[in-house]
Amino acid sequence: MKPFTYERPASPAEAAAAAARHPAAKFIAGGTNLLDLMKLQIEAPPHLIDVNGLGLDGIEPMAGGGLRIGALVRNTDLAADARVRRDYALLSRALLAGASGQLRNKATTAGNLLQRTRCPYFYDTNMACNKRQPGSGCAAIGGVSRQLAVIGHSEACIATNPSDMAVALRALDAAVETIAADGATRSIPMADFHRLPGDTPQRETALRPGELITAVTLPAPVGGRQIYRKVRDRASYAFALVSVAAIVQRDGSARVALGGVAPRPWRVEAAEPEVARGAGPAMRAILDGARPTHENAFKVTLAERTLGAVLAEARG
Amino acid sequence: MRTPDFAATRRDLVMGATLTTAAVATPRRPGARAAAADTPATGPGAPVMKIAFTVNGAARTLDVDTRTTLLDALREHLDLTGSKKGCDHGQCGACTVLVGGRRINACLTLAVMHQGDEITTVEGLGTPDRLHAMQAAFIKHDGYQCGYCTPGQICSSVAVLEEIRAGIPSHVSAELEARPQVTPAEIRERMSGNICRCGAYSNIVDAITEVAERPA
Ligand SMILES: Cc1cc2nc3c(=O)[nH]c(=O)nc-3n(C[C@H](O)[C@H](O)[C@H](O)COP(=O)(O)OP(=O)(O)OC[C@H]3O[C@@H](n4cnc5c(N)ncnc54)[C@H](O)[C@@H]3O)c2cc1C
Ligand code: SF4
Repeated sequence: MKPFTYERPASPAEAAAAAARHPAAKFIAGGTNLLDLMKLQIEAPPHLIDVNGLGLDGIEPMAGGGLRIGALVRNTDLAADARVRRDYALLSRALLAGASGQLRNKATTAGNLLQRTRCPYFYDTNMACNKRQPGSGCAAIGGVSRQLAVIGHSEACIATNPSDMAVALRALDAAVETIAADGATRSIPMADFHRLPGDTPQRETALRPGELITAVTLPAPVGGRQIYRKVRDRASYAFALVSVAAIVQRDGSARVALGGVAPRPWRVEAAEPEVARGAGPAMRAILDGARPTHENAFKVTLAERTLGAVLAEARG
Repeated sequence: MRTPDFAATRRDLVMGATLTTAAVATPRRPGARAAAADTPATGPGAPVMKIAFTVNGAARTLDVDTRTTLLDALREHLDLTGSKKGCDHGQCGACTVLVGGRRINACLTLAVMHQGDEITTVEGLGTPDRLHAMQAAFIKHDGYQCGYCTPGQICSSVAVLEEIRAGIPSHVSAELEARPQVTPAEIRERMSGNICRCGAYSNIVDAITEVAERPA
């Protein structure tokens, strides 16, 4: 790791102000992604702002029936919260399908949303990677791309977003609350939170420099059968090849978001009426325009079959 | 520190590696402190901070380079070499310790982030004379071969039973809202963050099951 200075502010406003004072600083929450990347010098912030003392670790009911989840709530605690288990089972299931018990005890809501890709070339500093080093090229295109994206990617980057939690939050229509150094707050819908790579794969979210996530909000519960099905190379402790987050209502209407296939949780609202016609037509509409690589075309078939299994379970 | 000789039984060796004297797995020499750590005690221009926390019941204070992970603070500064450095990237679980009773990977957290915390390592769970029930069960069931992952496995196991008792669901829990049970499937899923290259998994499940079934 490169040397860095460290501070631990006591309020969100102080943390945002500290970020304004140190433009190259990084917030650190659980540290499970950032420190991993700092050890490899993929990230090398000269200053760390520890956000664990900001008092953002509660889950509160909101007027109108939703929940406000503090940015620092640990993945374990969010998955185990009685209200989340009852009303947002999709979120509990997605969290429990990710990482390990030890990591979920540290990983936070905000950190999970901002975790970076697991593209093997992003991790290998000897290889070209536009996300790590803008303009250097993309070694994954034409390389080992089995795990990488089939849709939403660009000529500059074909990486996927690895988060399981984010897929559930997208299907649940969650929003991300933030505060900036000048004290301004805003709420960003999950649909707009993660960016597609285009020519600037190094810019992954709608956050502005120094903007601090304070919470994630969930709208009032929508009921339905909520299923998160993750397909991976081993039964536990592996990232998704494909995952399907679905909320299926009694009348057959459904929301579907996919993980493992795109640079962000992949949801196409306009395709959702097709679910009534079955997994095949639905997935053709959801993955319309997919451009798999020579190694990952299997993901398209896998996504359709996984959705088929999820719909059978929902009706069963 | 005890150095097992070649006549030592396998049990002695494993207890050495599992408990306080990790001479087998990590030979130590004077001056090993800075050289062995990825995160040096200090370096030119590297900021140093004072931290105070409780480790295995004892108050400790340290001056550390901000880059020092909790794992390196324990191993290189406090000579608690029970917790192991396997991958150093949160992938193997050999560094698992308990912070405030919760298991975490000590390699993916900074020492300076643990001001005031209560940390328990495998050395704090039990001693060779007074083994923790989980340590004794690992020995009885042969829940290891080389022993390198064992301290992490044992810390994780103790926390897994607490998590099940606290009603925290897992990926394999059929009902999210029901109380989770101690079953082999639950144990396997919850222990998936601890890799054992020797493949002692089925004996580890037996050890944990035995402790879970024992009246508290
Ligand atoms: C071995 C391994 C396996 C894993 N498997 C999975 C898996 O299967 N599925 C999965 O989804 N994830 C998996 N993960 C990733 C894990 O979920 C993330 O590392 C974790 O969620 C990150 O959260 P954190 O709080 O530790 O983030 P940190 O590492 O602390 O931070 C991550 C990023 O978020 C920024 N940040 C943190 N908090 C804020 C805030 N409040 N405002 C603004 N920025 C902030 C930081 O600056 C940093 O850039 C795995 C990780 C490991 C190491
Ligand atoms: S796919 Fe993206 S992250 Fe992977 S090497 Fe190419 S630019 Fe880098």
